[in-house]
Amino acid sequence: MKIVVLMKQVPNTTEMLIDKETGTLIRTGVDSIMNPDDTSALEAALKIKQSNGAEVIVITMGPPQAANMLRECYGRGVDHAILISDPAFAGADTWATSNTLAAAIKRVQPDLIFAGRQAIDGDTAQVGPQVAERLNIPQITYVSKIVEVTSDSIVVKKHYEDFDETLKVSFPCLLTTLEQLDHLRFMNVTSAWQAFDKPIETVNNQVLMLDAKDIGLKGSPTQVRKTFTRPVSSEVKLIHGGSDEAVKAILSTLAPYIQ
Amino acid sequence: MTKDIFVFIETRNNIIAEVSLQLLSEARKLKAQYAQKGLNHQVVGVLPGYNVENLPATLFNYGADKVILCQHEKLKEATTQHTSKVLSDIIRAFAPDSFLIGATVIGRDIAPRVAARVDTGLTADATIIEVDMASDTSLLLITRPAFGGNLFGTIVCPNFRPQMATIRPNVFEKTEIEAEAGEIIHFETTFDETDWVEILKREVQQAKTNDIAKARIIVSAGRSMAKHLDLIKDFAQTLNAEVGASRGLVETGALGKDVQVGQTGKTVRPLVYIACGISGAVQHTAGMDKAECIIAINSDPNAAIFQIAHVGIVGDAVLILPKLKEELQKILN
Ligand SMILES: Cc1cc2nc3c(=O)[nH]c(=O)nc-3n(C[C@H](O)[C@H](O)[C@H](O)COP(=O)(O)OP(=O)(O)OC[C@H]3O[C@@H](n4cnc5c(N)ncnc54)[C@H](O)[C@@H]3O)c2cc1C
Ligand SMILES: Nc1ncnc2c1ncn2[C@@H]1O[C@H](COP(=O)(O)O)[C@@H](O)[C@H]1O
Repeated sequence: MKIVVLMKQVPNTTEMLIDKETGTLIRTGVDSIMNPDDTSALEAALKIKQSNGAEVIVITMGPPQAANMLRECYGRGVDHAILISDPAFAGADTWATSNTLAAAIKRVQPDLIFAGRQAIDGDTAQVGPQVAERLNIPQITYVSKIVEVTSDSIVVKKHYEDFDETLKVSFPCLLTTLEQLDHLRFMNVTSAWQAFDKPIETVNNQVLMLDAKDIGLKGSPTQVRKTFTRPVSSEVKLIHGGSDEAVKAILSTLAPYIQ
Repeated sequence: MTKDIFVFIETRNNIIAEVSLQLLSEARKLKAQYAQKGLNHQVVGVLPGYNVENLPATLFNYGADKVILCQHEKLKEATTQHTSKVLSDIIRAFAPDSFLIGATVIGRDIAPRVAARVDTGLTADATIIEVDMASDTSLLLITRPAFGGNLFGTIVCPNFRPQMATIRPNVFEKTEIEAEAGEIIHFETTFDETDWVEILKREVQQAKTNDIAKARIIVSAGRSMAKHLDLIKDFAQTLNAEVGASRGLVETGALGKDVQVGQTGKTVRPLVYIACGISGAVQHTAGMDKAECIIAINSDPNAAIFQIAHVGIVGDAVLILPKLKEELQKILN
């Protein structure tokens, strides 16, 4: 069995601060991490490798430094890592990203593809389903549990707003995982060491040969018109002092809302 | 030029999802903005389903001018495979100018596939939609949070149609209007014989005691309230309010994920939101900043929650809440 895991290196958005003067994101000094949902996707793939035997291939599209994340994946036991990187791919929205990822996946012909449900930087949850669409294969999103894996199908639990479904789907298919599905194992010392020597396959557009109008910023139907930070309300009334003042202030604010 | 605003009507067991009605009402506002530009856009509800002929009447009452009804046994449940197919076929047949879909689990599952199939742009999880009054086209300005809510981006899709977006539940309000029944268009399409996915089991999560998404008043607890939840619950009960929580608190295990407010929790829109010991991280405020009145109690005068609060109390919630309950009881009696 061949499993592809789509992983993305993202800035740690909890650490991200806004420059109050310019209203832009301060990215310097912010760590890059594996996208949280993707860590559970990787762990799911590694567990299937252990239980059923499988070749696990990690694919990421990003700048050259994303190779660091791929080394960490080697350190956890993946068999092959592919970095899709080319200035021509830069600035892609989900349409262009999924087009590029799907082209790279077609070269691998996996049975099963995992993606995270959502990346914490782009926050769209669109890339997984769009890759599945381009490959014309079934998808199950919001996977919260892997129930059973056979040589040609998988049974998973999917999480909805207020119910869960247990679903069976045949290969090839794509699953997007929730962070809560599983915790990514730690690297073991030997494989972490060996990870430095493992080759990372780099794929650019000379390999994929996609039309320039279908990739990167130029191939993206959506465009960012402007960005801005949250406007701060100026009307806040701050009450310092003891509990009595606090209680009075809260009750007078609540008064109109109490029948 | 293409026209009309299409809205996906999500149903389950013959009940229309609230977000679909919210989107119809919002689409009606866009229609009015278009009218100012001399464009005549109609609001069209797209209703796939089975035995749902009773539902269009409600859609007209919330702002639909027309309803496209597609009934088929395969559409009884909103599945990825069949719903994506029918929406793509409808887009190809009617060429709408825009298509709005609720950002529910099923909406976020099918919308990306549809956008890829009909080759257009899709903006995820939008919170503001406006007509670009400066352009002479029908361009929409679609604003959404990104980077964990740290930044907002306004996204446009100038060269492809329809302009698609998923929109979070409860960011828009539904408004009932006095409407006459509009036109119903019956649409037929074909479906694959074999289903991609087999449903083995469906489990309803334990009955909800409270649904914070519908609450008028929410008393919400932060991480530091984990050991003082009785104070929060007592006060909420006296006020006839629901209890909400930050992720910080949910992580302690004191309350379940179903009451988490924020980017990865629920979006709420109560009349009053009382945040007790909540720092006000953007991921949290993204889910509650539309409350009509925000009251925050926090011991740190520099807490971010005070930037969006209407009334900010600098103090210890553990001391304030019991007194507050006592005084409130006096008033209510
Ligand atoms: C991808 C992502 C998604 C996220 N999604 C969400 C989400 O949906 N919802 C969410 O809430 N968070 C979310 N978070 C987490 C968010 O960033 C914050 O970490 C979280 O909201 C903090 O919770 P808190 O304010 O309760 O806890 P803390 O950060 O620990 O803050 C506690 C606050 O309580 C105050 N305090 C302490 N004791 C008292 C007292 N006795 N009386 C009064 N005040 C007191 C402190 O001054 C402090 O401000 C997300 C994070 C990420 C990375
Ligand atoms: N550049 C990328 N390279 C590899 N995988 C990606 C990339 N972008 C998104 N993905 C995958 O798609 C998921 C959803 O991303 P998004 O649609 O951006 O929220 C992520 O969790 C990844 O698994």
